[in-house]
Amino acid sequence: MNKDNSEKTIYGILAEFRNPKELTDASKSIVESGYQHFDTFSPFPIHGIDKAMNLKKSKLGWIVLGHGMLGFLGALSLISFTMVFDYPMNISGKALANVPAWIPVTFELTVLLSAFGAVFGMFFLNGLPKFNHPLFNSENFQRATDDGFFVCIESEDPQFEEEKVTKFLKDAGATNIETIYDE
Amino acid sequence: MSKTYKYVPEPALIKGNHDFKDITAMITDINVRPTPKGWYIAFGIANMLLLLLLVSIAYLIWQGTGIWGLNAPVGWGWAIINFVWWVGIGHAGTLISAILFLFRQGWRTAINRFAEAMTIFAVMCAGIFPGIHVGRIWVIYWVFPIPNQMSMWPNFNSPLLWDVFAVSTYFTVSLLFWYVGLVPDFATIRDRIKSKIGKMAYGTFALGWRGSNRHWWNYEKAYMILAGLATPLVLSVHTIVSFDFAVSIIPGWHTTIFPPYFVAGAVFSGFAMVLTLMIICRKIYGLEDIMTIDHMEKMNMIILVTGTMVGFAYIMEQFIAWYSGVEYEKAIFMLRAAGPYAWAYWIMFACNVFSPQFFWSKKLRRNVAFTFVISIIVNIGMWFERFVITVTSLSTDFLPSSWGYYSPTIWDMATYIGTFGLFFTFFLLFLRFLPMVAVAEIKGVMPQADPHNYDKNGEYVPPKVEVPEPYKNQTN
Repeated sequence: MNKDNSEKTIYGILAEFRNPKELTDASKSIVESGYQHFDTFSPFPIHGIDKAMNLKKSKLGWIVLGHGMLGFLGALSLISFTMVFDYPMNISGKALANVPAWIPVTFELTVLLSAFGAVFGMFFLNGLPKFNHPLFNSENFQRATDDGFFVCIESEDPQFEEEKVTKFLKDAGATNIETIYDE
Repeated sequence: MSKTYKYVPEPALIKGNHDFKDITAMITDINVRPTPKGWYIAFGIANMLLLLLLVSIAYLIWQGTGIWGLNAPVGWGWAIINFVWWVGIGHAGTLISAILFLFRQGWRTAINRFAEAMTIFAVMCAGIFPGIHVGRIWVIYWVFPIPNQMSMWPNFNSPLLWDVFAVSTYFTVSLLFWYVGLVPDFATIRDRIKSKIGKMAYGTFALGWRGSNRHWWNYEKAYMILAGLATPLVLSVHTIVSFDFAVSIIPGWHTTIFPPYFVAGAVFSGFAMVLTLMIICRKIYGLEDIMTIDHMEKMNMIILVTGTMVGFAYIMEQFIAWYSGVEYEKAIFMLRAAGPYAWAYWIMFACNVFSPQFFWSKKLRRNVAFTFVISIIVNIGMWFERFVITVTSLSTDFLPSSWGYYSPTIWDMATYIGTFGLFFTFFLLFLRFLPMVAVAEIKGVMPQADPHNYDKNGEYVPPKVEVPEPYKNQTN
């Protein structure tokens, strides 16, 4: 830790753990100690960590449902507008509102809009793209996408005190602890 | 009656003793280290073929579709054959990434990334053909419902328009699915690559991904939903492609078996193409521990199943033609097997029905060289299937006065060969610049990734699998 960092604001305390199990156990004890503003980082999603971190159900399903409905109704209104009202055409005496023949396009557009909802909704919920983040200031944090398992307790947390959090993480079994500063 | 069932343990998905760091290194080093010479040679060849494609398309636009072997009865030739063939190739990628994901098949992680890449490039090759076969390519925008000065709209009752929506949706969703899977891996390369340009480029595509578990939580949900959307999509696309034929009244096309039969054929040829590419890549890039013989065997089983389904469809078509009593149907199926195109029919039959039957033998399923040969034979056979369907029915329809024989010209062939240039140009760029195995996903299926495989002190304890006596020698 450098002395001249003292004027900078602290973003949080980053602690490294050895493996997925220790990360899961650490998140459990963080939640039990009442910290709310924290996050864990791992190179792949860890089975069961959502429970340990007490994460709420993702809202993504509703976003996808909304987009899917938009695709479905949008397709039906586009087809009925063009085929029945704007340019009615008699094709071998078939009904103008030839609904069974509209199923393929309606289906495809429902899937397309739902997929947009799933992908862009996911990035929206995650606050991405965000190219700059205080955690990227840590050299060691690069291993979070390789084989590192990290916890960061953020300074936003009402209980946050640098020494207290550092000690707490050390007791939880962290191997490497550093303070992250907001640039 | 009592029977004792034995639990046969699944062999480990990744061979050898690798930890997370090794996996990252094995896969992303290919992207991080300098380009090998062999890559430039392959890329040069692919570029020349791509040039051939561009020349043939340019000449086609200049001269019109008359340069192809199309004639009065056979108005659909190689363009539609190649289109259906390439779309079919693409289906294995989505099947592996979506359907096998929903079925919790952990082995898909080793191959899904490059099978998906194959899908995207194959659909690009496919998309070219309906684009250029219209002859007047400068008005191709008429297929989209865009308001225009004639206040005309495309006909939503037409299977050809359904196709436009099916293929473009398929391409877009596959691309999104692929990109979503790539984001964490872009972040991995961003954190490993040394060059400044590389860091910028991979960093841009990684969108600032940092492996947060709050993010993973939404990410996994999104991946699951996309898999759920892509599963009916992949089945619908080839169903709709088959509607191009089945909704018409031409004898030999107007059948309800077409949708499932086209889908089975697509999966069949797609898996064969994945195998062809996988067998080459694992050798060149030394990924034998990740893309193992077990993967190859599982894919060979799928080839065996779908190949047999396709064979069932061929025989069923013949039976229904006879059973229906429609003389045009009867005639066309007689002609397929014994008419002027019988050579194509029997090539198709031999390649698609007989050749996969070798995979009943476990020894042959696990033989790399043999699988490679069969995978190529299957793709040839599936091309001939589309040839037989398209050409025999069109060349012999209801009126003997409009019968004819179709043969391709040099430009048909040049365009087809050229699409391989397009495919391999993109595929080589993919192998060079993107991680060809889903790094984050493959780590997730390793036993080290499961918190339950650690003891109280946080030491890794490999899961114990007890192998029953009779199966001891079979795990490898």
